[in-house]
Amino acid sequence: MEKTFRLFDHTADLGIEVFGETETALFAHAALALIALTTDLEKIASVTERHFSIRGEDRTDLFINFLREVLYLINGEGFLPREVHFDEFQPGFVRVKIRGESFDTEKHMIYKEIKAVTYHQASVEQTRKGWKGRVICDV
Amino acid sequence: MSEIKMERLDDFRWQIPRQGGMRVPGILYASERLLRAMGKDESPKQVANVAHLPGIVKYSLAMPDMHWGYGFPIGGVAAFDAREGIISPGGVGYDINCGCRLMTTYLTHQEIRPHLKDLVTALFQHVPSGVGSTGPIKLKQKDERRVLTDGARWAVDHGYGSAEDLDHTEEGGALAGADPDKVSPRAMERGREQLGTLGSGNHFLEIEVVEEIFDPAAARAYGLEKGQIAVMLHSGSRGLGHQVCDDYLARMVKHLGELDIELPDRQLACAYLSTSRGQDYLAAMACAANYAWTNRQLLMHWVREAFEKTLSMSPKALGMRLLYDICHNIAKLETLPVDGKDRTLCVHRKGATRALPAGHPLVPAAYRNIGQPVLIPGDMGSGSYVLTGTTKALEETFGSSCHGAGRVMSRAQAMKSSRGRSITKDMADKGVIVMASGRGTLAEEIPEAYKNLDWVVDVVHRAGIAKKVARLQALGCIKG
Repeated sequence: MEKTFRLFDHTADLGIEVFGETETALFAHAALALIALTTDLEKIASVTERHFSIRGEDRTDLFINFLREVLYLINGEGFLPREVHFDEFQPGFVRVKIRGESFDTEKHMIYKEIKAVTYHQASVEQTRKGWKGRVICDV
Repeated sequence: MSEIKMERLDDFRWQIPRQGGMRVPGILYASERLLRAMGKDESPKQVANVAHLPGIVKYSLAMPDMHWGYGFPIGGVAAFDAREGIISPGGVGYDINCGCRLMTTYLTHQEIRPHLKDLVTALFQHVPSGVGSTGPIKLKQKDERRVLTDGARWAVDHGYGSAEDLDHTEEGGALAGADPDKVSPRAMERGREQLGTLGSGNHFLEIEVVEEIFDPAAARAYGLEKGQIAVMLHSGSRGLGHQVCDDYLARMVKHLGELDIELPDRQLACAYLSTSRGQDYLAAMACAANYAWTNRQLLMHWVREAFEKTLSMSPKALGMRLLYDICHNIAKLETLPVDGKDRTLCVHRKGATRALPAGHPLVPAAYRNIGQPVLIPGDMGSGSYVLTGTTKALEETFGSSCHGAGRVMSRAQAMKSSRGRSITKDMADKGVIVMASGRGTLAEEIPEAYKNLDWVVDVVHRAGIAKKVARLQALGCIKG
């Protein structure tokens, strides 16, 4: 499988560059990148489902707002996403279905806490090969 | 260095002249060797970006520990006119009122040498740390609201510490104007579980020994002696603070169009202080700041307990006393002299500390003849500095100074360079016992990921925006 994300250097924080064949795949890969940096993705089972919908002023804003909601699921609710699906994906609006399970200290080892997804140098763009997104996270 | 034009003003100051949309110039405090060590760091550009914000007074500043942040640079100081200026959640950061507190003891290095390992272990077991850790205190909603309005006093009222601790805490451990109704249910929810936890990342708890005294009179006033054992604690407002920042940032970005200003970076989203959005953030931020002071007060209590238990000492014999608690991520309304005239300013210190001089009414009575203590933690295992605020800081930097060593290496680089090494063993070879919740944290926090603390402190000392009082050496360290 092709790499869906890579880290880029940022002095204090964590820069993530994400790729996807489609914009939907890009969003899903970005969410899973946040998880993969937090814990071992393979150890998460798709047990329960969460839903949310979110808006954004433009493409990048939507991307950031979507990732913030994912991060809230992890940090705020202790829910670890494993699969990301979109029931609706429109300009400035997404309706999301996430499957995963609750954090379990016995089963899930947490590598690091991503505090927040920032707007600093964030971008979403179409490339020759598909879509690319960049985001810097506060850790 | 990013491609920003800079002119040298004197030995330790570099000016970024006004250009483009900058309303004021930028000024960086740094030495040549620090600038060289910064390499491609983008903080000078960020200093220039901050200068675009409405109501900024005099200049956009960066302390010598500056490094690339998001929006504001880390090490950034900017003051805004209370009537015409803005407030920016990104200018405070996610960890609202992240800060340090230093506790002194009657113990000497000689006395605790044989017990050091036990002490570090006891601290590790007694003080909740690490990612996602929850504290032993389960707050009811009603109590949480009191924490948010009363700050560290709430902890003292519940038996965690004494009134003297509050006297030695910036703002007495509670910012005025805190309104829990301005804090979202999400933030409240996250706050309830995490009170009394150290956190992860660069947060730590360190047993240190006073190694060198530079200013005997100030050291005496601060109760510092060579060979004495002290404890440094670095923590903040945990998930509650992160959520408050995130909530208000989203809200401000949504309404950016109404401001009619061109921002070079969305992370600089802000609101005029005179608007309800600005005031709401100020009230919510104060809540998070108060939560952080309560948090550090509780953590200190457990440090005291761990020492007493391990060494079988009474609180009186141990004499663990709070020297000072200082915050380094905050926006505060302060009355400060600008060109000889007092003005009310909203001072943003993002990775910067307050540094008030002798005689200032906000300096605790016990230190008023000396100046406010400024606590500068270093990278893991390198110890800390205690400095004192100066009149020059009040005149030049809105009463501010640096806050730490400042990173030079990205976390990814640090991980790479630490691969295959035992960080715990490296530290043990240097005589520092380290215990951490996860190896990841240790690898990212290796000493070479940071600037040389001595170089940073040398700049603030020689530039006169804080004066050296003492240097402490690390003996044992708990990382979250």
